[in-house]
Amino acid sequence: MKICVLVKEVPDAAVQKRIDPNTMRLDRSGEKNLNPFDTHALEAAMQIKEGGAIPVEEVVAVTMGPSSAVRALHKAVALGADRSVHLTDDALAGSDVCATGYALAKVLESESPDLVLLGQQSDDGECYTIGAVVADHLKMPSLTQVIQIDVADGKLRCERQAEYGYDTVEVELPAVISVGDAINEPRYPSLKAIMGAKKKPLDSKATGDVGIEAGSVGEGGSKTKVLALNPPPAKEAGEIIEDEDTNETVEKIVAWLDERKLI
Amino acid sequence: MPAVAPAEFPPPFDPNSVIGPPTDAPEDRIEVGVAIVGGGPAGLACANKLLQLLENEPELTEKLGEVPVAVIEKGKVAGAHLLSGANMKPSAMEELFPDLPKEEWPVYQEVTKDAVYLLTSKAALPLKPMPPNFKNHGNYVTSVSKLGRFLADKAEEAGAYILSETAATKLLVEDRIVKGVRSGDRGRGKEGEELANFEPGSDVTAKATVLAEGTVGHLTYAAYDYFDMHGADPMRWELGVKEVWEVKEPLDRVIHTMGWPLRKSPRFNEFGGSFIYPMGEDKICIGLVAGLDYTDATFSVHDALQLMKTHPFIKKLIDGGKRVAWGAKTIPSGGYFSMPKRLAVPGMMVAGDAASMVNIPTLKGVHYAMHAGIYAAETIVETLKKDIDSVNFEAYDEKVRNSLIEKEIKQSRNMRQPFSKGFFMGGAIASAMTITKGAFPGGHWSQEHDSEIEMHLGKAGDTYPKADNELTFNKLDSVFLSGNATRDDAPNHVRVQTHVPREVAQTWVSMCPAQVYEIPEDQLENGATEVDVHVTASNCVQCGAITAKGGRLTLPEGGDGPLYQET
Amino acid sequence: MAGILVYALHDDEGNFNKNSLGAISEAARLAGEVGGEAAALVVGDVADDACAGLGKYGAAKVYRAKSVPEGLAQPIVDAMAKVIGDQGFSYALFGGGLLGFEIGAGLTARLNAGVTMEVTAVKVQDGKLVVERPILQDSEIADVGYVAEPGIIIGRLNAFDINESGGSAEVVDVDVELSEWSSKAKLVQRGEQRGADVNIEDADILVGGGRGLGAKEGFELCEQLADSMGGAVAATRAVVDAGWYPYAAQIGQTGKTVAPKLYLAAGVSGAIQHKVGMQNSENILAINKDPNAPIFEFSDLGVVGDLHKIVPKLTEAIKAKKGG
Repeated sequence: MKICVLVKEVPDAAVQKRIDPNTMRLDRSGEKNLNPFDTHALEAAMQIKEGGAIPVEEVVAVTMGPSSAVRALHKAVALGADRSVHLTDDALAGSDVCATGYALAKVLESESPDLVLLGQQSDDGECYTIGAVVADHLKMPSLTQVIQIDVADGKLRCERQAEYGYDTVEVELPAVISVGDAINEPRYPSLKAIMGAKKKPLDSKATGDVGIEAGSVGEGGSKTKVLALNPPPAKEAGEIIEDEDTNETVEKIVAWLDERKLI
Repeated sequence: MPAVAPAEFPPPFDPNSVIGPPTDAPEDRIEVGVAIVGGGPAGLACANKLLQLLENEPELTEKLGEVPVAVIEKGKVAGAHLLSGANMKPSAMEELFPDLPKEEWPVYQEVTKDAVYLLTSKAALPLKPMPPNFKNHGNYVTSVSKLGRFLADKAEEAGAYILSETAATKLLVEDRIVKGVRSGDRGRGKEGEELANFEPGSDVTAKATVLAEGTVGHLTYAAYDYFDMHGADPMRWELGVKEVWEVKEPLDRVIHTMGWPLRKSPRFNEFGGSFIYPMGEDKICIGLVAGLDYTDATFSVHDALQLMKTHPFIKKLIDGGKRVAWGAKTIPSGGYFSMPKRLAVPGMMVAGDAASMVNIPTLKGVHYAMHAGIYAAETIVETLKKDIDSVNFEAYDEKVRNSLIEKEIKQSRNMRQPFSKGFFMGGAIASAMTITKGAFPGGHWSQEHDSEIEMHLGKAGDTYPKADNELTFNKLDSVFLSGNATRDDAPNHVRVQTHVPREVAQTWVSMCPAQVYEIPEDQLENGATEVDVHVTASNCVQCGAITAKGGRLTLPEGGDGPLYQET
Repeated sequence: MAGILVYALHDDEGNFNKNSLGAISEAARLAGEVGGEAAALVVGDVADDACAGLGKYGAAKVYRAKSVPEGLAQPIVDAMAKVIGDQGFSYALFGGGLLGFEIGAGLTARLNAGVTMEVTAVKVQDGKLVVERPILQDSEIADVGYVAEPGIIIGRLNAFDINESGGSAEVVDVDVELSEWSSKAKLVQRGEQRGADVNIEDADILVGGGRGLGAKEGFELCEQLADSMGGAVAATRAVVDAGWYPYAAQIGQTGKTVAPKLYLAAGVSGAIQHKVGMQNSENILAINKDPNAPIFEFSDLGVVGDLHKIVPKLTEAIKAKKGG
């Protein structure tokens, strides 16, 4: 089996993120890192590979992004991926979820994976959606926000928390699964693995190499448009009660809770 | 008034525990050509110079193996733990990259104007003529955290392995020859236990090891003990706290101030000053530096900086602006007499801040660190070219001793001591010293370690403003801005005694800019003379001050600590 | 016709999800403004009455795909795509929740349509829908529009209020052919309750305890208060560090991020490291004896006083109120 893990380079959690007012896009000039949720996807791939319930020939890290995203791929291979694929093209800049999902599906198609894993969300915003977009393009079953994967009889048995409690779902392969951070505790790369990362194969691909139609990606191919950015409405200053008579204070608190239907 | 020296309560730490032979089986060791510890100006200048020289040395490159140069850096990236003023003298950059146009340097601007003021609590009095040590014409305002990233990128392009998120926790020594370093374990729990994702460190062996650890050298200081390298004086430090502000009006000059909010009475021994530098059109940085030989346990550089920003002269520079970065770092201030007596021992060299290569009166160190790194690189190539198995790098020592590094630092060798005589008196002696190039007052005024200064519970703490979150900020908000998000269940890397006299505990509580130390509330209130010290190590930004004041900073897990971006 | 189609999720007993009902009300309001119709899609064999009852929340029509199973996204993508294609809906709207995200995302690919998620409000500009989406930890609100129709809108949990206006919906049965890959995932078990490990990220009401509790035992007060309100207990780093409460309950920069309807902070100072984990709570009530505690700067109701006196009485008062 071949597992592809979708990874993304995102601004480091420590960076105070901001939107470039000219492009209406996230200012990505600060420190960047491998999306933390994707490290859980990589770990899940490694655990399937090491678990032995199904033979895994190859774990391939796949990303789409500017040249700097190579560092995210180096981290991914240091964490265990055998090689990596970098879809990079100026034409992709400004792609929305629809266009990004299409482009990722095209590059994945060229790899014909049996399983695609990814983190359920990225630190920089597009939440929970990419996995399901990619799956529909690839015509594969998919499940998102998965917190447990077991392999048995060539199928995946997945668990996740949905609206009414925990669901258990059996998924046939090939499939696309996005994972939550509760699924595992990612490993640290060994120093040897970090040093060996640059030696593992890295394929760089442009849109044309994987049959992406230029008109379907980038700003032009996007179906949504950011029209304006506004600060959130200012929060009203809170009310302050000095506790002098506790019974009275409690009464006030209960009334306040009641007014907001919180009891 | 009771007074206690923190040195009476030494940290539970044995320097010998970080020195030892390799423990990995020979086939498991990672062999590199040159192991450089620390991705700062010294280490990265060394890496760049090595690769430049190796370009013309194919034979030696071959002998150095698959990984000719590895830089081991504990921060998330090179630059993540770097903080400085910084007004950089261009000499080292020019030497390292002679063909690189200055427009491509990681600098904000060249200094064309500067000014020095003496602050009182209400006024700012320009000092004219300006003391010569403050002249910065022709220097460049930079951010060392940006410089670090720049130098690391250059080195990586040239073929260096930059191993960030990796702490060098042990110096590998066999038969009194340095053989490399061991990287730290990752994935240990609070009590040191192995967590599910535990990953042990590795022995990294090298033909030459360069320790460029920065202001507080974890392995360097252990090596000073082990190889008897200590200089005439112990290492000493000042602590700097720096903020970067987005401002409405660009600043047209470099500003230094002396005086307020530091108190001028000699009994407080508050020596230092502020720096305010332009960073392009929309930012300035503002920092306060004070010697860690002060005596009032309630003194806090972070809070003194907050107080200083309320001064009308400072406030108008940042009014309506926004604080975008904060950080803290110690600066070695011992100068010439604290430099180790030997800079090289078999298999190893030391460079930069950890070797006290800082000229405190001129607030310069970045270019010395880089020059030292370059000398180390030259020495390594010259030595190993002749004999790949040679461990004698003494030529490095000689290069530094004959260079501007030693010459300039020597000129100001007694600069700090006069200030313990009180600010104005000290200022007069210091000026005379600058003018006579160190000949006056001559001799060697002995210095004690910062931790040997007796501390008393004074009143500095009462003068600090409450954070308003616009102009002034508390420590925890500041730590947050530093990007520090250290794992909470990591082992404690700060070594201090945890039941000490109140004077000592209060010293740590106030001094630490990151709120690592706390005295339990009930003990604060009940007036106990001996108190517990609660340590929140995950707040630590690794400034190093605790090592100066009676504790010992050791290395946390690689990748922990702040993520400085333009400090 | 600028119609809006809403997916109405139901549990195994046929009860509709409140986020779906809120989405129907929101769709009805918007459809009124743009001159279209709000409709709902229901999958599975849901009774006529129940389907027609969605009219009460504003649905004019309810499309029912009896043969399509509830609980997994892809078959519902097939159903949504068919109804949108056949009936020419301009927008698909989902209330918050996992399935809405999955179905909306799948539809994006299927219909080559724009999608927005975590939407907190929808407005009409020039006859088109424009959504408000908070970004960057809610520090800014992006107004996002659609380049072409249909557009897909996925709401944030609790974003849309339920509005009962009366009325009954016309129920229309639709036949949906499932895609080949839609039947390759099978629900083995749905809605299993695992009470033991209360997930603080999902709790509507959280009582957060901080150092002001004074000792480990102080958490008993929090637990009793949380019990009285049907909530869970959370903690600050400092008290987790001190061993007063387990790490799983830690809120903040190095813990969990929560956004409950009520965050009741007991003895929590409100340092930024904690604030970033709970600042998006709908209502913040703080009890702290220090009037200078930063938490009062961002709480909706701040009580300056001794929590050891206030919390037990508050617990009793809430119990009494619930009981009566």
